Amino acid sequence: MQPHELLQPRPEGLYCPPGDFFIDPVRPVQRALITHGHSDHARSGHRHVLATRQTLDIMALRYGPDFAGSTQEAALGETLSLDGVSVSFHPAGHVLGSAQIAVEREGLRIVASGDYKRCPDPTCIPFEVVPCDVFITEATFALPVFRHPDAAHEIAALLKSVEQFPERAHLVGAYALGKAERVIRLLRDAGYERPIFIHGALAKLCDYYQRRGIDLGRLEPATMEGNNKAAFAGEIIVGPPSAFADRWARRFADPVACFASGWMRIRQRAKQRGVELPLVISDHADWDELTRTISETGAREVWVTHGREEALVRWCELAGIAGRPLHLVGYEDEGD
Amino acid sequence: MKAFAELLDRLVLTPSRNGKLRLLVDYFRATPDPDRGLALAAVTGDLDIPSVKPAMLRALVMERMDPVLFAYSYDYVGDLAETVSLVWPGPEDETEGISVRLSDAVAQLRSAGRADGPAILARLLDRMTISERFATIKLVTGGLRIGVSARLAKQALADFGGVDVVEIEELWHGLKPPYRELFDWLTGKAGKPELSAAAPFRPVMLSNPVQDGDLEKIAPPDYAAEWKWDGIRVQAVAERGVRRLYSRTGDDISGAFPDLLEAMDFEAALDGELLVGRLPEHTGTFSDLQQRLNRKTVPAKIVQQYPVFVRCYDILQEGKEDVRPLPFIERRKRLEAFVGTLDPSRFDLSPVVPFDDWAELDAMRHEPPHPIIEGVMLKRLDSSYVPGRPKGPWFKWKRDPHVVDAVLMYAQRGHGKRSSFYSDFTFGVWSGPDDAPELVPVGKAYFGFTDEELRQLDKYVRDNTIERFGPVRSVRAEPRHGLVLEIAFEGLARSKRHRSGVAMRFPRISRLRWDKPANEADRIETLQALLD
Ligand SMILES: [Zn+2]
Ligand SMILES: [Zn+2]
Repeated sequence: MQPHELLQPRPEGLYCPPGDFFIDPVRPVQRALITHGHSDHARSGHRHVLATRQTLDIMALRYGPDFAGSTQEAALGETLSLDGVSVSFHPAGHVLGSAQIAVEREGLRIVASGDYKRCPDPTCIPFEVVPCDVFITEATFALPVFRHPDAAHEIAALLKSVEQFPERAHLVGAYALGKAERVIRLLRDAGYERPIFIHGALAKLCDYYQRRGIDLGRLEPATMEGNNKAAFAGEIIVGPPSAFADRWARRFADPVACFASGWMRIRQRAKQRGVELPLVISDHADWDELTRTISETGAREVWVTHGREEALVRWCELAGIAGRPLHLVGYEDEGD
Repeated sequence: MKAFAELLDRLVLTPSRNGKLRLLVDYFRATPDPDRGLALAAVTGDLDIPSVKPAMLRALVMERMDPVLFAYSYDYVGDLAETVSLVWPGPEDETEGISVRLSDAVAQLRSAGRADGPAILARLLDRMTISERFATIKLVTGGLRIGVSARLAKQALADFGGVDVVEIEELWHGLKPPYRELFDWLTGKAGKPELSAAAPFRPVMLSNPVQDGDLEKIAPPDYAAEWKWDGIRVQAVAERGVRRLYSRTGDDISGAFPDLLEAMDFEAALDGELLVGRLPEHTGTFSDLQQRLNRKTVPAKIVQQYPVFVRCYDILQEGKEDVRPLPFIERRKRLEAFVGTLDPSRFDLSPVVPFDDWAELDAMRHEPPHPIIEGVMLKRLDSSYVPGRPKGPWFKWKRDPHVVDAVLMYAQRGHGKRSSFYSDFTFGVWSGPDDAPELVPVGKAYFGFTDEELRQLDKYVRDNTIERFGPVRSVRAEPRHGLVLEIAFEGLARSKRHRSGVAMRFPRISRLRWDKPANEADRIETLQALLD
């Protein structure tokens, strides 16, 4: 069996002809296997969805309980058979519930990574290396310039700034699924015990994380009565980055705009967005993690998707691994 | 190095002056000698390190990585120092850097000769984290570009030690990095350093603008009036064989004006305006003067073509005598006599303008005898020369600023408390043929409007956006559809860097012309006419 007979790009997404299913399809299909709950991977309207418990829950929270015709929970590490194709889900370390999907038939194994990272994250199960013949890797930060620091170091910078500017509110932009909860959890790990104020758009997911046993400490809505700007002086407020451009952000006292994202590694990006304190915290693998992971899977062939393909394809070439871009449409990162 | 690198990272992105001051003061407090003094020197541009050429930096990194991957990286980041700091195969983690002290790094870089310079730099980079590498590369390639002027750094020192910034400025030129005696004084470990250097800078006296009601409170006979010249304010000091020319903030700019320095064969400190021209008859424009500014050294041809001179306002030191405590009228007599002894092609007097009442002066202010006069100065006859900007003794009464009608083209989100508003506005005027006019950007303004007007502008931008790039929005601006802004500005200079060929000084939005159709805004020719 040739790799392209087992998995191939179609306009709807990555398709497995013998198993008749799609992985992370961008349009409604009969049978979808979903790696994780980010909106570019997990869409509503499929007839049947197979995903981890947490991913199914997150989809229900975001799209409502009727997001799919029927659903089936995939337990991590368990092998299922779909029309003679073996399928198994393995932790990806990206966000709560995120998984890589291994697809195997006649001794040929392809692993679709979905989004992943290798550095520790207190809000999800760490990435597991799954040996395979073909590894389909994401490439969000696939340039040698992207090298994420230890997240604890970035959190320390935030806390230092809060100490240095006690009269100002620190507004942290962080995407709603995964990043926001991770930032909050990291603050707790760093010993920050004050209530953390959150934008309304984060409430449902933070609540879900708490119910899944991830302790985020005391969270309070970032709303206020009257016009008492000083009320948030010295506090940390977490909200989706989109909220920073609108009226919502105007209620805070002389805010320090912070943004938790792997993109913040590039100074010009931070400057362009008007970010005063960039926090280089990413839920995607950086360059070193990507190249290390490819080596560790032992794959003889690598398909690169979901980001900047050219540099990773070049790296594969130098490493003597067959690498090629896999042009899938419709993936625009929901957030890092 | 870690603390210094972090300081730079934050300063670059901190827009507010107070924020920058706080970061600097905290850094001085937390950092030991001599590192803090070296950091200070780096910020003020006084740190002497052999420089490294970009080509050499590139060669160093090419020895360590695939050129194709480097090309992708550089193309994406756009800044060589930043790209190299990121891709350099150093410690993977910010926390793993073997900490290198700023003073050690500086010492090693200084010890480097031509031959071993690259190897020494590479060895340092190998031991550093990404931020440290960036800071180090910026140090050796020159130009930190962190938006901190020497003046701001001195203010931070003053805040740190709880002293007046004037005291720092006075001492500054006698001090050398790492400024140990300065920090000893500011931390209370030792007394104030002695003013040791010859020809030191004397902090200048500044004026306040005339505001509504000011003139009713003062009497014309108590004041002398002078023209306010549109050059740059300088202090020319020659003492015990040392000659220096200082900017108004105490920066030593002697290097760029060898022609003037040669003529400074006197023992005194003079306050005046640096201008370009051939005395006695010709005084050049501000754009002529710009040919001589912001240079470390100057080619002979430019010196020939644009000779400078000082139009003297005041005398601060005459021989051994500090004349600053004398009343203005006494100093003026001394100045007149003194300037008479100087090279007349390099020094002349700013004339006193006789007047009887404010109305007469106001009329003269609007019709000055020379195009590079930007208003009048009023100086109380009995005022001594005191540093800073005391309210009362000196006023500036500017001729009304220039005004043009321009069309809003782009808007950018502001910083700090304005970060949720579009508050930085780029505007243009019409150029090209009348039947197919095109807007050419001529400036950018971010103040001059009220909070209410800011809200209106913000709404206008959001409602009329045609394109977005990052924080910048391009706004609909066509002959039949666009917002006209009345822009007031202080002056205009020729500029090669701007597509329009002109650069505005201090533009601000003076009025929103909701009533005016966009096609009636000014044309570029109107601005060009103001240049000569
Ligand atoms: Zn994702
Ligand atoms: Zn994704």
